[in-house]
Amino acid sequence: MQTLSRTPLFDRHVALGARTVPFAGWEMPVQYQGVIPEHKAVRADCGVFDVSHMGELEVEGPRAQVLLQSLLSNDLERLADGQAQYTLLTNESGGIIDDLIVYRLSPFRFLLIVNASNRAGDFEWLKEREIAGSDVRDISDEYALLAVQGPRALDRLGLDDAPAFSFAEGEIDGIACMINRTGYTGEQGVELMVPAEDAARLWDRVTERGATPAGLGARDTLRLEVCYPLHGNDIGPETDAISAGLGWVCALDGDFTGAEELRRIKTEGPPRRLVAFVMEERAVPRQGMSIEGGGEVTSGTHSPMLDRGIGMGYVPAEHSAPETELTIDVRGKARRATVVKKPIYQRKESPSGGD
Amino acid sequence: MAATETYPDQLRYHAEHDWARIEGDEATLGITWFAQDSLGELVHFEPPAQGSTVAKDSSYGEVESVKAVSELISPLSGEIIAINQKVVEAPETVNEDPYEEGWLVRIRLSDSGEADSLLDAAAYKQILEEQ
Repeated sequence: MQTLSRTPLFDRHVALGARTVPFAGWEMPVQYQGVIPEHKAVRADCGVFDVSHMGELEVEGPRAQVLLQSLLSNDLERLADGQAQYTLLTNESGGIIDDLIVYRLSPFRFLLIVNASNRAGDFEWLKEREIAGSDVRDISDEYALLAVQGPRALDRLGLDDAPAFSFAEGEIDGIACMINRTGYTGEQGVELMVPAEDAARLWDRVTERGATPAGLGARDTLRLEVCYPLHGNDIGPETDAISAGLGWVCALDGDFTGAEELRRIKTEGPPRRLVAFVMEERAVPRQGMSIEGGGEVTSGTHSPMLDRGIGMGYVPAEHSAPETELTIDVRGKARRATVVKKPIYQRKESPSGGD
Repeated sequence: MAATETYPDQLRYHAEHDWARIEGDEATLGITWFAQDSLGELVHFEPPAQGSTVAKDSSYGEVESVKAVSELISPLSGEIIAINQKVVEAPETVNEDPYEEGWLVRIRLSDSGEADSLLDAAAYKQILEEQ
């Protein structure tokens, strides 16, 4: 039996009466008061998620950027110090080993925040490809990560607005942390990277400031409403960036791993595409359900904002245009859905752009 | 608003966390407080067809929360004579009031003797404590 890891905030979750579930080897809170109220708190005001299970890898050295540019799909040249970008770690066939955010700390030092389930694999992939003048380290255990998300997140934390995908050293009520204008909810907000020993104090300050504790359940419904892919569901080593609609984070004129294959797929046109859909009948689509005509649901849930079933899945390219009708096999019953333009849900006003 | 934990004495229970309110040769069925609490806020009720038959201990429909799907296990055999449309329209009614407003279906019993095999509230609570 494998023991589950616990984040530095585990006692806080227990004290709040959270239900916990095993996730990527971690015992994580799936909900506190309930997925739907937590989801709505993030859309309406501000929520805080413990995402300390995510991995942090640091790549340092005079040739750190050369190493990373050979392995990551997005163009690192576009980053200045204090800026971050969404990018993909790709394999030779253009498949997605992981999706992650890379932060440029200095021209010679980068931070990668990666999915918990891929932390070990990513580290190994990078470490095996290290070149002279680059050093890859897994620093995940030294840090905790709190995502504070929602239209009032910055206000509640007393932070000035900053451009999406920027970051800086800062503090919340005297607790030093790295403040990243990133997130996984489609709302404004920050992700706070803090030394593990300060995590519980920071959590307390953030919740005292009015952030609603939110679990992995709401994290999933929030990200799916805005069509952020989940690695392991919607994307993976067997799916390529073009089919997944992530060509926009691939510098296809570059020569990162798998770039040539991705250029070929783009030129020829992928045979299937990842689409977003909404149910036209009462039903909740779930991962693994088949879509008539040769497709499959990769993520599905009930949207708290739309109050209907929503999902994403791969369908033949000819069925991928918005307004195309789909039929989904919901445990033996045919249920109608319609392809929609991404995102499925978009907040009404957007003072400084979503993440 | 979630209901508080109760297991009314006048109901009969099935170990799969379903209840029955038996009235003559008919019964109203639903899920217990424990079942709705375990699932979380319900977002979908997939009812059986009106007039279809259900067999004791077998599935007659499904309820779903955001994260999970749960089969509804019938405590008794019979024919579906009514479906709670309020729960079809607003599944969270079950969370708010699992024993009254949140009933699921009404059946005409085909074997009134089956009721003897069901649990009373005390015996059902005993099962919950052992879990």
